[in-house]
Amino acid sequence: MNVVVSLVFVGGLFVLGLLGAVPGLGWIFGVVLPYMAILLFLGGLAYRVMSWANIPVPFRIPTTCGQQKSLPWIKHDKLENPHNALTVAGRMALEILLFRSLLRNTKTKHMDDGRVVYGTDLSLWLAALAMHWSLLFILIRHLRLMVNPVPGFVTFLEDADGFLQVGLPVFFATTVIFLAGLAYLLYRRLANPHLRYISLIGDYVPLFLLLGIGLSGFWLRHLTKTDVPAIKELFLGLTHFSPTVPDTISPIFYVHLFLFCVLLSYIPFGKLTHMAGVFLSPTRNMANNNRAVRHVNPWDYPVKLHPYDEYEDELREKMIGAGIPVEREE
Amino acid sequence: MSTPDEPDYYKKEDLLNISTAPPPTSWMETPVDFRRGSYIYPGKAKNLKVVDLPNPRDWAVTDVDWKLQDDWKRIILEGMADRLAKYRSFRIFMDTCVRCGACADKCHFFIGSGDPKNMPVLRAELLRSIYRKDFTALGKVFGKLAGGRELTVDVIKEWFYYFYQCTECRRCSVFCPYGIDTAEITMIGRELLGLLGLYVNWVLEPVANCFRLGNHLAIPPHGLVDTLEFMADDIEEATGIKVDIPINKKGAEILFVTPSGDFVADPGIYTCMAYMLLFHELGLDYTWSTYASDGGNFGLFTSHEMMKRLNNKIYHEAKRLGVKWVLGGECGHMWRVVNQYMDTMNGPADFLEVPKSPITGTVFENARSTKMIHLMEFVADLIRHNKLKIDPSRNDHIRVTFHDSCNPARAMGIIEEPRYVIKSVCNNFFEMPENTIKEQTFCCGGGAGLGTDENMEMRLRGGLPRGSAVKHVQDKHDVNFLAAMCAIDRATLITVCDYWAPGVKVTGISEMVANAMTFTGEKKRTVNLRLEEIPAWANGDEAEGNGGDTDE
Repeated sequence: MNVVVSLVFVGGLFVLGLLGAVPGLGWIFGVVLPYMAILLFLGGLAYRVMSWANIPVPFRIPTTCGQQKSLPWIKHDKLENPHNALTVAGRMALEILLFRSLLRNTKTKHMDDGRVVYGTDLSLWLAALAMHWSLLFILIRHLRLMVNPVPGFVTFLEDADGFLQVGLPVFFATTVIFLAGLAYLLYRRLANPHLRYISLIGDYVPLFLLLGIGLSGFWLRHLTKTDVPAIKELFLGLTHFSPTVPDTISPIFYVHLFLFCVLLSYIPFGKLTHMAGVFLSPTRNMANNNRAVRHVNPWDYPVKLHPYDEYEDELREKMIGAGIPVEREE
Repeated sequence: MSTPDEPDYYKKEDLLNISTAPPPTSWMETPVDFRRGSYIYPGKAKNLKVVDLPNPRDWAVTDVDWKLQDDWKRIILEGMADRLAKYRSFRIFMDTCVRCGACADKCHFFIGSGDPKNMPVLRAELLRSIYRKDFTALGKVFGKLAGGRELTVDVIKEWFYYFYQCTECRRCSVFCPYGIDTAEITMIGRELLGLLGLYVNWVLEPVANCFRLGNHLAIPPHGLVDTLEFMADDIEEATGIKVDIPINKKGAEILFVTPSGDFVADPGIYTCMAYMLLFHELGLDYTWSTYASDGGNFGLFTSHEMMKRLNNKIYHEAKRLGVKWVLGGECGHMWRVVNQYMDTMNGPADFLEVPKSPITGTVFENARSTKMIHLMEFVADLIRHNKLKIDPSRNDHIRVTFHDSCNPARAMGIIEEPRYVIKSVCNNFFEMPENTIKEQTFCCGGGAGLGTDENMEMRLRGGLPRGSAVKHVQDKHDVNFLAAMCAIDRATLITVCDYWAPGVKVTGISEMVANAMTFTGEKKRTVNLRLEEIPAWANGDEAEGNGGDTDE
């Protein structure tokens, strides 16, 4: 049900995006909405991160995934159980760049004889890593349309990305990997009954949006003739705050841009905030050195205790009878 | 005829008939089924009153009316707002989940029950759906479309069932790409329930006992003396050695704190006897405390505030007695509290000194602020320096595997110390499969206050992954003992092993150490600390100290 609602919703957005090519509406879809999306994205994400950062971290609660630092002759697992800021940075780098935790993923199986066994399952890690990294490369590639002259690293990335030299224009490897990764993530969400059970509209919509953006981009490059100079003119106008809207831009481009704007605006409000949240996760970004370096809880407050004196007052006679030393004999 | 409280009541084929498909109704529309054997009885009013908790009353889980306060909804929403502003963890964990499902089959309760609400992701969604509805922009506008749902009494009941069906073991958080820790969510969930006076008695009674008498089991000071004297008698019978029992001794160098389970429950008592023997042999200047007579802390399973209230007595007593540092026994959740909370909550312990082994001179820099070290750190250091006379062949009748307890593994990382000690005192050590040990270890199924008999079905289900791994090494290597450094494990894994891997017995690590050690002035030993005849000891002469050579 959630998947149908999401598909219809994103399909509707797709159709809506086509309107950008209607004379007169180009300004809305090509200028107003992109500016709004950028504002919502930057403002929303900054607000989100600030509000997280303003919440205290009362306790130091890292999840330790390896040997602690203790006796000098016991090998300390620095990256899985970091003890200082440097090793925390290492752990975070592994998490953010390589999805370290997902790499541990296993699949649990119940055997007929009652045994439970665990197999390595790298599919989620691989699909997620492929999707995220290729998305990053694709975004960098798009700088070609926004900066003049095109920076060297963008050209270099494009050359590397198109190394297969297939098709004209050349197919980029990242395009294919990105779409395949997304398709797998969608497939697994639908094929696994438990995953389908927990999936919300908020889980399908970003997938369909990304798929819509990817497919419309593919269409623009490979299935239709696109007026690239006109698009670059639009983007340069936007980045130089002197927008112009050329009238030779195709409807599919407006779909591509519109879906991207929707995605960008949505990021701060839904689960896509994980892109920022992962940096602030207390179980990952804290050192397990609590016994060596005291952590202070800024909102600590006095609590009702049962001090020793009250304990002894209640039990003094029995303590004396049992020969236990006491503070006061009566 | 057995009852739902007893393992016999459950047939293995029934428990193993685990549903692989979620129910046809969506999870928001699937009410809780409170069936006997799968929930825990409510906290009794008298126990709530001892520690001044709100809404004390007697009620039953199966009652329709749980006698909540009239404004319960406001209380919960304010409680959530308060915690969202105080715990970055809570807020981040509410916001960042992408429902990738990597955590799903990592939970022992999901593996053993197939109940989708035992998937860590869905356990968190029980709370997150309310968060979305009442605390996020999209949820306020779009409600259900944005994954929000109305806070109702049924939601509260569902929380009660599932937040007391999580052992806060943190296994899921190892696999989560954002480090979302269900223990944190369960802890907050239980705090919120607590605002309505909803607790389980298996947690609340120990809490009330611990607050008043210093330990969960309500052992009064004179009772503790009797208990330790009784153990000393058994030690004398087994070894011929008469150990001292220093209690509340001012000016001792070390305060020793251990979980109170070690005082009464078999086989914890043998581990406790081993502590006494070991300290006696070392001539350690230490003391027990009747006031700080429990390192365990069921406050961890109640609320952050209660954890602080119960933990306070350790430093308080260390200061009163004027000890130099604190040594902690074999316990699981106690070490989560000591390693991650104690110093912050009740420190700084600036009146203590950095722990230094009086035997080897090793200074434990890793505890230079908290001033409390783990017995296995202390013993590993002793063995490394050849300070114990050990003959591992005395344990040749034991084929042992080691169960990493959740909290020491995932909230501390004390992984190699216990292994080093075990391998030093026993020649036959076998690891369980790698996905079931170390940071991936499986819970016993009874941690975080769930280890009570009325919860037997869930304990057996939750114990399945651990039981299955034990069975594996039992079949493959003839393992007959499971070592664990946790008092809850030593109580609950007996049931798990008897059910899923019958024939495997449970032991503490110290018990194995003491059985392998040669003590000054001992008589010819023919029985172990359990006073069981060990044929090899009675026949052989290896007890005549060829031990000590365990280095490298």
